[in-house]
Amino acid sequence: MTTPLAMRTYHFKIYRYDPDKDAKPYMQDISVVCDPMDKKLLDAMVKLKAKDDSLSFRRSCREGVCGSDAMNINGKNGLACLTDLAAFPEGKPIVLRPLPGLPVVRDLIVDMTQFFKQYLSIKPYLVNDDPLPERERLQSPEDREELNGLYECIMCACCTTACPSFWWNPDKFVGPAGLLAAYRFIADTRDQATNERLDNLEDPYRLFRCHTIMNCVDVCPKGLNPTKAIGKIKEMLVQRAV
Amino acid sequence: MSRLVVGAHYGIKDWLAQRITAVLMAIYTLVIFAAVLAGATSSHDAWRGFMAHGAVRSVTFLFIISLGYHAWVGVRDIWMDYIKPTSVRILLHVLTLLVLIGYVGWAIQIIWRL
Repeated sequence: MTTPLAMRTYHFKIYRYDPDKDAKPYMQDISVVCDPMDKKLLDAMVKLKAKDDSLSFRRSCREGVCGSDAMNINGKNGLACLTDLAAFPEGKPIVLRPLPGLPVVRDLIVDMTQFFKQYLSIKPYLVNDDPLPERERLQSPEDREELNGLYECIMCACCTTACPSFWWNPDKFVGPAGLLAAYRFIADTRDQATNERLDNLEDPYRLFRCHTIMNCVDVCPKGLNPTKAIGKIKEMLVQRAV
Repeated sequence: MSRLVVGAHYGIKDWLAQRITAVLMAIYTLVIFAAVLAGATSSHDAWRGFMAHGAVRSVTFLFIISLGYHAWVGVRDIWMDYIKPTSVRILLHVLTLLVLIGYVGWAIQIIWRL
């Protein structure tokens, strides 16, 4: 005989806002019973959605690769699909809010236009005017090593929306995700636009609004370190200037 | 139409200067702390004599200049973070500069009066 699986009830406080219906946002109290097969916060949210289908949130791969289900979980940005349900303390409601600092489209869905605008502003693609080689552009293993910790970013916006500098100047400050991506191409030996990239960032707003608060490092679900990448950009600017 | 303008192409020198001045101020603080421990400020006359010494006067001068520049970059950063209207920001920048230059001048006057 197998032992019965322990069920657990999770209580939630969820930010709800439907601009077509609600005059202003409110917090909804709702609970859901989960079984031990529900491992991650997203599993509980899928059950919540079955209970109240007006609840809106983004989700896709459910394994921390697509970056769609980024949200503010108990005050800290993270991915619902990577957050362990078992780690939530008993008796306290789980508070879910949309990512801070971006306009809310509905419930937990935010308008990420500003975030992607900043990402595009750093030209997130390889610039190389040499004729295309027969196969691929090769790198030495050491040069390739430089890209570790940079290329893994999934653009979930957890870091950028946790950054106070981005909250105050979202239109001017590139933000941690954008700057990490910028350094990913600056550090790439196959890229030929290093100077132009540095020129583009040498700006009191675009780069120097970073005050090394390090919220980005604290929240990154992939364990990346945008602050370190920003430090390296500053280092290269210093090398270039002195 | 409001066009967003960025691309002022400065910032690295100020950022670097802020770090260098911080190191200078930290060294000065340690030196002064050591002097206090060694009894340089045991009496008013001893303290006065210590601060009037040529070398101490020079490093204090460097400290004050560092503090002024460090504060200028830091306070300007705060205005740039939070103050959106350009006219208000320019006004605050000018006021900050005037106050800091005034402080530096006043401090230099004090150390050379000793």
